[in-house]
Amino acid sequence: MTSLRTFGQFITDTFRILATGSRYYYAWIGFLLLLIAIGGGAYLRQLNDGLIVTQMRDQVSWGFYIGNFTFLVGVAAAAIMLVIPAYIYDWEPIKEITILGEMLAIAALVMCLGFVMVDIGRPDRFWHIMPLVGRLNWPQSMLAWDVIVLNLYLLLNWFVVTYLLFCAYTERHYVKKLVLPLVLLSIPMAVSIHTVTAYLYNGLAARPFWNSAILAPRFLASAFCSGPAILLILLQVLRRTTKLSIKDEAIFKIAELMAYTMGFNLFLTAAEAFKELYSGTEHMVYFQYLLFGLKGHTTLVPFAWASILCGLAAFILFLVPKTRTNWVTLNLGCVLIYASVYIEKGMGLIIPGLTPDVLGDIYVYKPSYTEIAVAAGIFAIGFLVFTLMLKAAVPMMLGEFTLTRGRRAAEADPT
Amino acid sequence: MTSRLLRSASLATCCLAGILLSLPAAAEPPGSKAEPAAQEGLQVPRPPLTEGIFPCTSCHDGKSMKVNPRRRELVDMHGDIALHHGPATRWCLDCHDPADRDHLRLASGEKVPFTTSYLLCGQCHGDKFRDWRVGIHGKRTGSWNGPKQYLLCVHCHDPHSPHFKPLKPMAPPARPEQIQARKGGAR
Amino acid sequence: MTEPRLNHPDQGCGGRREFLGTAVAAVAAALTGCGKISHEEFLQHNFKELSKDEVLSVIARLEKEYKEKFGKEVKVATTPPLPGVIFGYALDLSRCVGCRRCVHACVKENNQSREPEVQWIRVLELEKEEGVNLQHADQYYNPEEVPREGHFYMPVQCQQCKKPPCVKVCPVGATWREKDGITVVDYNWCIGCRYCMAACPYGARHFNWGEPHLPSADVNPDTHYFGNRPRPKGVVEKCTFCIQRTRKGLYPACVEVCPTGSRKFGNLLDKDSEIRYVLENKRVFKLKEDLNTQPNFFYFYGV
Repeated sequence: MTSLRTFGQFITDTFRILATGSRYYYAWIGFLLLLIAIGGGAYLRQLNDGLIVTQMRDQVSWGFYIGNFTFLVGVAAAAIMLVIPAYIYDWEPIKEITILGEMLAIAALVMCLGFVMVDIGRPDRFWHIMPLVGRLNWPQSMLAWDVIVLNLYLLLNWFVVTYLLFCAYTERHYVKKLVLPLVLLSIPMAVSIHTVTAYLYNGLAARPFWNSAILAPRFLASAFCSGPAILLILLQVLRRTTKLSIKDEAIFKIAELMAYTMGFNLFLTAAEAFKELYSGTEHMVYFQYLLFGLKGHTTLVPFAWASILCGLAAFILFLVPKTRTNWVTLNLGCVLIYASVYIEKGMGLIIPGLTPDVLGDIYVYKPSYTEIAVAAGIFAIGFLVFTLMLKAAVPMMLGEFTLTRGRRAAEADPT
Repeated sequence: MTSRLLRSASLATCCLAGILLSLPAAAEPPGSKAEPAAQEGLQVPRPPLTEGIFPCTSCHDGKSMKVNPRRRELVDMHGDIALHHGPATRWCLDCHDPADRDHLRLASGEKVPFTTSYLLCGQCHGDKFRDWRVGIHGKRTGSWNGPKQYLLCVHCHDPHSPHFKPLKPMAPPARPEQIQARKGGAR
Repeated sequence: MTEPRLNHPDQGCGGRREFLGTAVAAVAAALTGCGKISHEEFLQHNFKELSKDEVLSVIARLEKEYKEKFGKEVKVATTPPLPGVIFGYALDLSRCVGCRRCVHACVKENNQSREPEVQWIRVLELEKEEGVNLQHADQYYNPEEVPREGHFYMPVQCQQCKKPPCVKVCPVGATWREKDGITVVDYNWCIGCRYCMAACPYGARHFNWGEPHLPSADVNPDTHYFGNRPRPKGVVEKCTFCIQRTRKGLYPACVEVCPTGSRKFGNLLDKDSEIRYVLENKRVFKLKEDLNTQPNFFYFYGV
């Protein structure tokens, strides 16, 4: 009973932290709310007129929404990148920032679910896909699997984050017997969300571009590049703006790990490209469309090469110890790899998978204004969720804001 | 049902200008009441004879107009018929019975009515005839598990120029780029 | 149609739905801007799980809705599969001239949206030199006359696979293969995720991107729940071999209209059927046979 009351206190105090902040904090929140409003307006139009306001059509039936979804599943999965060394090897420098990774996963998952929701034609029937209430075609449908693992992973991360923060708030040490198994579980779960998402495409024999056995490994490899890239930048921002102490050592360690995953990611991409282009079967057309263009349609070509070149450049920057430990080149590398994977696992995955279509028709898909606005709104929701979580978490993690000690933490502004 | 069928049949035979199928012929071709085709279980509409032309014997009565078996260019009548069927030696009376113009004539000399002209076609086009009888060559309408209507060979192939005539294709699908939300919303 | 399963009282299905109804219906309607959705429509369960009484009330509701919308009686049948029947289809590539009569007859028969026009049959113009090479296919050809020199034509529609990938991937079981081999969609259960469209190797599934626009005068009032009844926005639809016709013994509309007689249809289990004759006597192939979807739609060369 006492603990329940304490938890209530925890919740109200959290909201009090969220409500107070610097001008920059309010400006940032206001900006995000504006984006959400714009996205919301666009989504209302989509609800009213139907998905015809997107540029998706029968030929290219998935587009920008599902591309972003796929990319963000990777970001969510990458949280394990930090959890593994932190908890398994009890490696202290990373340990404190693991919770940040988990919060990032939560924000990414919220965005994932948002992108799925805006992509479906009948959002009013969302209950059909809910286990027990609806009629989930499990275990047959990979999408049913995805619904389950994404939600479980969200729940798991949400629980661990809340629990760890609550412990910090009440100034108790977390119960290792509870946290460790959950964190250990989150590792295969993180692998599974991205694997299942890869299988979602992988299992479609109708789409040779996706029907490749190394698709899931490629998903994981690229996720382990883009997810930590976001975290590296974030950690530096937090160091600057809060009293959170994050050692250089931790950042450089993550960067080193990223160099390996980037190398592996490039290797897998090359393996795929070699198999398709060298054997030159009829399945090559999708790669051709992506890399060289097909029948004069070259929309994707500059993006595809930009992705490859960014990936290569980032790999070199992270591989060389000198550039890896230089803040300018390190951050440049982060941006480059992020851009590379965003293209590769977003539009670079979805569009060539569907173009040319199954009957050889080439429809050049470009997202409409509505799609971009709705996507911006969803990204804003994700950033908002993440900002609010950070705003509450940082003072708690620093011990500035606890049940007994003052609630002066409002001025600790993560942004 | 029948008129619909006949309309689609006329579509198929758009090449046969001036032919009307659905008109109840003033003078019915002989044998139309007990068609051999019907005896075989095949329902076939009337042959697509030019309106007002049957019976042929009203002109080709063998008295006022003598049979002229010579190959020549037709001037007075039937000038619209251009014979593009088989070898150049082919001639009207190879198929039309010289003695009884209301009938066709098989190679054996046996007379067949216009309603069973497929017997005549089948003499040369045996493989097509075989497929047609089982419902594989040519159009069937009606019921997949019950009575079907067949068309005669001549409904689709002008016997004097049997190559299937080209058609104007109906409208192509809209390209995906052209499909856009209607102005003013969904309504 | 699958025999509707009787609702067991101990399933607690009704109570569950009742609970959902009061709470969620209003919220969902408000959230999705679909104020027109009735309580009953929102709560309607998957067709396979409906009791016989529930089916009757769903049909009554649909017929009432259609009458209000189109101002005329629209009959919605739920004719089940005929016993001992599995439908097969064969298309004679040597005869098809690509005139698209089938495409438009299909639209007319099956109450597709006219704007934007949804078409279930796509006719490909292929090059004789290339054979069935889909990368050389053109579906937008529009010459004065067909067939064009050097080309042949290949209409593609739902291949009614024995192993349909679309059914396998549907996350909510809104599409399934019936006993007579027809893969159907429950338009009232589909959530519009379009996974089936990504999975179909034949481009046979089509989405209602906008509100389907069907003028009252064009409505074919003779409909089937799984077939040509008017569809709502945001769901997937596909060829059902004209389920509303074929389950009554009629040929599909595309067979009836084809001026060249290229389209053959019948019962695969009847050894005297036209379709069996084709399979046993002609050279037949299946489109994308390597994918092991095992279509019951065959292409053949009549000559």
